[in-house]
Amino acid sequence: MALLEVKDLDVRFAVRGGDLTALRGISFSLDKGERLGLVGESGAGKSVAAFSILNLIARPGYIAGGQILFEGKDLAAMSERELRKIRGNRIAMIFQDPMMTLNPVLSIGTQMVEAIKAHRRISTKDARAIALSKLNKVQIPSPEKRLDQYPHELSGGMRQRVIIAIALLLDPEIIIADEPTTALDVTIQAEIMALLLELCEQDNVALMLITHDLGVVSQVTQRMLVMYSGRIIEQGSTREIINDAQHPYTQGLINALPQMGEPGERLFQIPGSMPSLKNVPTGCPFHPRCKFATEQCKRTMPEYVRSGNVDVACYEVSNLIEQEKHMQESEQ
Amino acid sequence: MTSPTPLVDIRGLEKRFDLSGSLLEQISFKNGRFHRKQEAVHAINGVDLQVQKGEALCVVGESGCGKSTVARTVMGLLSPSGGEIYYDGERIDNLDGKEVLPYRRKMQMIFQNPYASLNPRMTIQQTLEEPIRFHHPDWDADRVKEKVTEVMQSVGIDPDWGSRFGHEFSGGQRQRIAIARALAVDPEFIVADEPISALDVSIQAQVLNLLMDAQQKRNLTYLFITHDLAVVEHFGTRVAVMYLGRVCELADTKTLFSTPRHPYTQALLSAIPKLEDDRPNHIRLQGEVPTPVNLPSGCVFHGRCPYANERCRQEIPQLIATDEGAQVACHAVEEGRL
Repeated sequence: MALLEVKDLDVRFAVRGGDLTALRGISFSLDKGERLGLVGESGAGKSVAAFSILNLIARPGYIAGGQILFEGKDLAAMSERELRKIRGNRIAMIFQDPMMTLNPVLSIGTQMVEAIKAHRRISTKDARAIALSKLNKVQIPSPEKRLDQYPHELSGGMRQRVIIAIALLLDPEIIIADEPTTALDVTIQAEIMALLLELCEQDNVALMLITHDLGVVSQVTQRMLVMYSGRIIEQGSTREIINDAQHPYTQGLINALPQMGEPGERLFQIPGSMPSLKNVPTGCPFHPRCKFATEQCKRTMPEYVRSGNVDVACYEVSNLIEQEKHMQESEQ
Repeated sequence: MTSPTPLVDIRGLEKRFDLSGSLLEQISFKNGRFHRKQEAVHAINGVDLQVQKGEALCVVGESGCGKSTVARTVMGLLSPSGGEIYYDGERIDNLDGKEVLPYRRKMQMIFQNPYASLNPRMTIQQTLEEPIRFHHPDWDADRVKEKVTEVMQSVGIDPDWGSRFGHEFSGGQRQRIAIARALAVDPEFIVADEPISALDVSIQAQVLNLLMDAQQKRNLTYLFITHDLAVVEHFGTRVAVMYLGRVCELADTKTLFSTPRHPYTQALLSAIPKLEDDRPNHIRLQGEVPTPVNLPSGCVFHGRCPYANERCRQEIPQLIATDEGAQVACHAVEEGRL
């Protein structure tokens, strides 16, 4: 059984003039120690997907349907009290901006001890010892000193290390990291990503990494989901998707990267932009920007088809697969 | 490589931002004595750059390296603390408001955040008309309208949308409008400060293509500020890598990416996550970027450099030419240690 299994998750936002559907029929699973990437552009719903796992979506957002099974128990149906035992304890989160996550008026040590004591009956002294060992783990220079420092005394990269240490405090099974390095410089980003990967491998922690950077996904994750307008349009082995994307949107996303083009030549570009939640197109949400779009694409959302180790929701891809099958049959 | 007159010539540029405040704030009383303390952020410390006609010179570096300050100082948005700036052979950094006007038309800027750079209370038509009316007071209304229509079409914004406001457009469209505004007065030189960093990947490609098309059609010269090396490799003619207010390497894009010489450039290039990587494989640097308030002595990079020796700690390296035609400010490269 998978450690985390999300089944047919629907998330909506109740606003004036009716509900907006932010996530529609999201299904995926995460095994123990597995690293999964969530990719998409802003507005695709990747952060909403991550937040809804711990039911952290603020009103007017709500989970409208589906299940989030963590070790077989449905997080979506749990009471707030039960959920609090899991949040930060079994499933930890790392957010984008370390300055927003750390309390500016408490020392690093106080914040770490607080987090441990919220979940365990333990003396302050022992809690501080755990905090110190985790700070050591994230390779912060002079960790004893850091315990008594305040967030503003640390640099951005150092703060993100502290955040990772806090996420690791209670030895969680899953870490959900929402764009953990977006606010950082390239060289610091590389350090933090390498550290996160190392720690997850060491302790066999599962990682759900939300990012818009396909290079990072390629370096860190084993499987990935590509989201578009609240749906997963492609999911499977990271290597296979990066090397040979099936869905026209994923292909476009990869080909639009400057490193894919010849220097000085025009880049491949996907026309238009992602639709807003207020007017999601019927059928496949990508069809207005897709060069393969047919009448069928405009009417109904395609089912997933399997190609290698990848599931794709696209009529064009399923037609191609059908054709190949026919060809093989006729050859035989 | 140095052709007759560069379009923009930056010589020995320095910029300091005073941190110490007023005289009273500077004075403190300690051990029975008054002390006066003055502090400044040394944002740029002696930068020489020549932008040749028709090229796209990219300036890259991490936050705090002074790349945006260079852009703003060149544009005259900040006045330099030292050094000179020439445009087409004429010195422009010491001109007063009236004298600088003709250069303001020839030099335009595109900013990072299209949500902040468009006036929310002006329609797109007004936004685009304003610079034209300012620089061409003799044009009649029809001619101004015609020009606005032309630039809107050239950036792919429907001219019928002129009566809309900035907030009605998506990020990519807004950046197109910001580009249209820069193009409206037919500039020769455009400074673009991280013009695509705030945009999504698929939109980044659209805007980059637009900038490249405009360069070809209008014969533009760019000073392009970015932290994204993948964009530089695609877009730049030459690249200047900055670290703590100094240029540490200046080279043709191809040369820089194939044979980076400066240890910082090497680390920076290795830190870009690549699609074909299965694991992070960057060069690990010691420590973090020091504060620009108290600059390190000698080479600004010596504290993090694996090749630093005594000379690096003492003496500031100057840009020297390498065999590949690049310029590198590094003692180790000069001495052949690297």
